[in-house]
Amino acid sequence: MTSHSPRHLDALQPGTSARLGQIQGNAALRRRLLELGLLPGTPVRAVRRVVTGDLIEVEVRGCFVSLRRAEARNVFLSPDETP
Amino acid sequence: MTATRTKTAIVNVAGNPNTGKTSIFNRLTGRNLKVGNYPGVTVERIEGRVKSAGHEFIVCDVPGTYSLSARTSEEAVAVAAVAGIPPNTMPDVNVVVVDATQLSRNLYLALQTLETGVPMVVALSMADMAARRQMRVDIAALQEILGVPVVAVNGVNGKGIDDLKVAIVTVLENPQRGRGRWRWTSDNAPLKADIEAVAAAIPAAWTHGEPQRREALARWALLSAAGSEEMEIVPTELRAAVNERHQLAQRDGRDLDLELIETRYRWIDDHIPHVLELAAPKKRRTEKLDAIMLHPVGGFALFLLIMGVVFQSLFSWADPAIAVVEHGMAWLAMGIEAVVPASLFQDFLVDGIVAGVGSVLVFLPQILLLFFFIGLMEDSGYMARVAFLMDRIMRSMGLHGRAFVPMLSGFACAVPAILATRTLERKRDRYLTMMVVPLMTCSARLPVYTLIIAALFPPTRLWGVAPVQGLLMVGMYLFSVIVALAVAAVLSRTVFKGIDMPLILEMPPYRRPHMHSVVRMMWMRSSMFLREAGGVILVCTIVLWGLLSFPRNPSLETDYDALQRLATRELQGEAHDTRLAELKEQREGEVFRRSYGARMGMAIEPILAPLGFDWKIGIGIIGAFAAREVFVSTLGVVYGVGSEVDESSATLRQKIQRETRADGSPLYTPMVGLSLMIFFALACQCMSTLAAVYRETQTWRWPVFLMVYMTVLAWVASFAVYQGGRALGFA
Repeated sequence: MTSHSPRHLDALQPGTSARLGQIQGNAALRRRLLELGLLPGTPVRAVRRVVTGDLIEVEVRGCFVSLRRAEARNVFLSPDETP
Repeated sequence: MTATRTKTAIVNVAGNPNTGKTSIFNRLTGRNLKVGNYPGVTVERIEGRVKSAGHEFIVCDVPGTYSLSARTSEEAVAVAAVAGIPPNTMPDVNVVVVDATQLSRNLYLALQTLETGVPMVVALSMADMAARRQMRVDIAALQEILGVPVVAVNGVNGKGIDDLKVAIVTVLENPQRGRGRWRWTSDNAPLKADIEAVAAAIPAAWTHGEPQRREALARWALLSAAGSEEMEIVPTELRAAVNERHQLAQRDGRDLDLELIETRYRWIDDHIPHVLELAAPKKRRTEKLDAIMLHPVGGFALFLLIMGVVFQSLFSWADPAIAVVEHGMAWLAMGIEAVVPASLFQDFLVDGIVAGVGSVLVFLPQILLLFFFIGLMEDSGYMARVAFLMDRIMRSMGLHGRAFVPMLSGFACAVPAILATRTLERKRDRYLTMMVVPLMTCSARLPVYTLIIAALFPPTRLWGVAPVQGLLMVGMYLFSVIVALAVAAVLSRTVFKGIDMPLILEMPPYRRPHMHSVVRMMWMRSSMFLREAGGVILVCTIVLWGLLSFPRNPSLETDYDALQRLATRELQGEAHDTRLAELKEQREGEVFRRSYGARMGMAIEPILAPLGFDWKIGIGIIGAFAAREVFVSTLGVVYGVGSEVDESSATLRQKIQRETRADGSPLYTPMVGLSLMIFFALACQCMSTLAAVYRETQTWRWPVFLMVYMTVLAWVASFAVYQGGRALGFA
């Protein structure tokens, strides 16, 4: 199983990159993320996880964005090759 | 030739957060600002008048936003201002600040803004920052693809501001120059049908007769109005149309949001390579810094250190300035007493007006200091990290991570802390924080605790190590934190149960804060406090003064004149003077006990009796409404030992220890002391807090709610402690 690319953003190891897939879950969250440019196919890089805040930080389109880990599990990654 | 304008032109400045928008706005407008509210919402609207090349226009600061889409009334402020949706007036130009380092995301807002049909100018900021990161934005090419004037502006040193003014004037004179090349187009037939269907429901007043606007607003509504009940500006008919199209799309397996948003980003992704030269970007300074600042151990330690400094500054560094205010007021009072003959008028001036002005000004040092630190944290980018680090803890209580700063400030004083809730973007988060901040142990509660603990609890050590008095003080602090968090948890699930907003935090790059904007914020916040909360506090002080000093010459039980004559006849020297002073204070005490305020204290005795309090404590509680520490001096007057006492006064302490009930048992038992401290910990004994909440919410609803729930909570808790303690056999 470990050889498979991670399925969602929360599982992306800090320092590694992938391409975004679909975003599911809460409509408000989806809309927000889409408007920040997190569209299917957009490259994304996991920057860090912070235990105290229960958040992850990712880099998309040159911006650093944090979201809650539970919410990041709704952001799926594209099964394509990492960029 | 354009028609002669009868109204002054309106220019909005919009942009993403952290783009330098505010400093560009500040540079543009200079000093003469006006602060008001956007129609219908408590979102601040700051505007300034600008004169340039024979034109005069009003420049308006639109709240920072990543897009025009909205979920709440407050978020809708940006679109309403930028698109001129009534009751907002139609703007003449929208200036969109575009951050050169984050071009694609910033252009998204620019495209949305352009779609509204209002002429636009782009102010390109952070070009120097981009250059440092080996990125170069070709301004001419950007101007070419957008078809609107693009001006590079540096809000920090003001470079480019004059060019921006020229560009604004150019577009004011010839609006066509700002219409732009971008038109929303799509070959997606079902999507076009959706837009047309919703466009039909757009109110005619919104469109100002332009069909292009109708469609732009329909796209906005499709992204904003679906399922949202919090936006009052969306008419029911429009909401219904939007919901219907979303349901239809869902049935067909289409993703309306994605289809709408993707169109803009596709255009951006196609065009950006023509404008942006990008060398291999090096690892950023911000990322390296964050490795330290957000480190699980080091970052947290640093966070505690920074918060410690903020807290310490409010708690003790503000003291000298507060002392200056207090001495200044005392000096003024003395001056008045020297000039105005002793009379009701003199009392009114000294104890009403001067005391009132003093109780307003006394908050200034802490407000200035707190906003100095908030300014530094926001400007440097650290505030986003605060939210990042505190999110888990604060969220469990239903609070936003950023609410940590106001909560912490509450330990010093609730008033600046309430003003600091402005750092929270969402109304729900702001109001919830305001409702719990007054529960934190503020410094005005300390004199009350000190007096009670010193008078009623022995200076012994528990198990030979822990000092009882110190433990009690620490216990009161812990108690306040636990109650505040518990109340937040309850309120967030009841009164403030709103739509659950996902947390998406941008982590802006660290930047050197600019004193210019920090000082400006300090100035704006404090002048607003003086103007809006100051009046309420002043009036309350005068009312309290009136309550406690009328009627003027009540008939007294004791014949003090006779006692005075007796003393003069029988005593000499020091003994005589002491006796006369004693009589004077006793007389003042009795006069005071006959005042309306004191009678109110007596009237509420039946309510307070189950808590172990008598009417004298009741008077103290009423007096403490001016400020909690006034409880101490009010007790001083009530017990006839003068109003000059403080919490360390031995005389007052003895008076308290000797005070008895009708049956001769001591009134102040440790249980009464505990009950009284719990009462002060929880009751909203502070008119300034209520005035500050009024100022922030612009309604009396929330101050009343705060007052009622805290008082009820205080009564119930004190009752439980006192009666419970007695039932368990404690004295």
